[in-house]
Amino acid sequence: MTDPGLKDIWVYLSASPLLGLTMTLVAYGLAYRLYLRTRSNPLANPVVTSVVMLIGVLVLTGTPYNDYFEGGQFVHFLLGPATVALAVPLYQQFSRLRQLWLPVTISLVCGVTIAAGSSIGLAWLLGGSTEIQMSLAPKSATAPVAMGISEKIGGLPSLTAVLVVITGITGAVLGTKLFEWIRVTDDTARGIAMGVAAHGIGTARAFQVSPQMGAFSGLAMALSAFATALLVPWLVDLMQFLVSQSSSS
Amino acid sequence: MNFLNGITLLLVYQLVGEVTVRLLEVPIPGPVLGMVMLFVTLLIRGQAPESVDQASSALLSHLSLLFVPAGVGMMVHFDRIAEEWVPITLALLLSTIITMVATALIMQLTSRWLVGARQGKEPDGD
Repeated sequence: MTDPGLKDIWVYLSASPLLGLTMTLVAYGLAYRLYLRTRSNPLANPVVTSVVMLIGVLVLTGTPYNDYFEGGQFVHFLLGPATVALAVPLYQQFSRLRQLWLPVTISLVCGVTIAAGSSIGLAWLLGGSTEIQMSLAPKSATAPVAMGISEKIGGLPSLTAVLVVITGITGAVLGTKLFEWIRVTDDTARGIAMGVAAHGIGTARAFQVSPQMGAFSGLAMALSAFATALLVPWLVDLMQFLVSQSSSS
Repeated sequence: MNFLNGITLLLVYQLVGEVTVRLLEVPIPGPVLGMVMLFVTLLIRGQAPESVDQASSALLSHLSLLFVPAGVGMMVHFDRIAEEWVPITLALLLSTIITMVATALIMQLTSRWLVGARQGKEPDGD
């Protein structure tokens, strides 16, 4: 970039949100096309490919994340209204939900508790710091919810956002294979499990398997966002209390 | 215009949610409260207006795109992740698998016991 003209253009672009926003949409567009080209192979998940592409470009051009996020924030912001928007599929599935309210409630409460409890417990057993344990705890909830909870219980919200995305990808990639192994064939159960464990990224995957699995995954994601917000801070207090009891005695 | 109305309504619910959460100091994120309030509104009205339906499906059909900027944030945490990569990767992977398997099995069993018993069970084949 010795040419002064090019340099001016670069100075302009790196100071404006235009580049970050356009890069995000172009990368996602390419990633999505690749995903369709591989006939929706879960390994080619568009979130993974676009994140890898974007990090590659940012590292190569020496652009700091904050400069990129000037533009990326417009996309990130939409997670809020998207969370509110979950009320619509929830409402559309209401008659089915009312029929299944008891199994759904039991599965949700168990699922959310297992998701948070097992990640705190495993991270603790493997020697992770408290900050890491707390950042991992809400990882199965959708990003805006998980970040809010992480902040409340003493994790790092921005690290949680990353862990939430990795969790979603893990769930979306492994989900259908896991359900085959444990012989869960019912799309309702598969959808609920996908939504509880792998939030929106899992839900996007579930919609590709069947509309019913997608609807229930969306439903489980919405309800578990709510359940995580209510249960996880309380669960963390309980676990910390148990640890302090066992170490003091 | 319809789409704009839908988006506006979603934002209004989010805003009311955020304000309420702060005023009442409840430990629930604002958008989640907004979602609950919109859900209750739809139940009371008995139908989802087309504008809200349109805006919501537009946002939800590209849900994975919305996670991309947060995912790119990984580059800020490279050091942290490199330092504690064993607990992070193993806890995340195992816990996600455990959660998914347990939830699927619990849902399948409880819906068979609780709903299947009451309704004389739908045929199983698919």
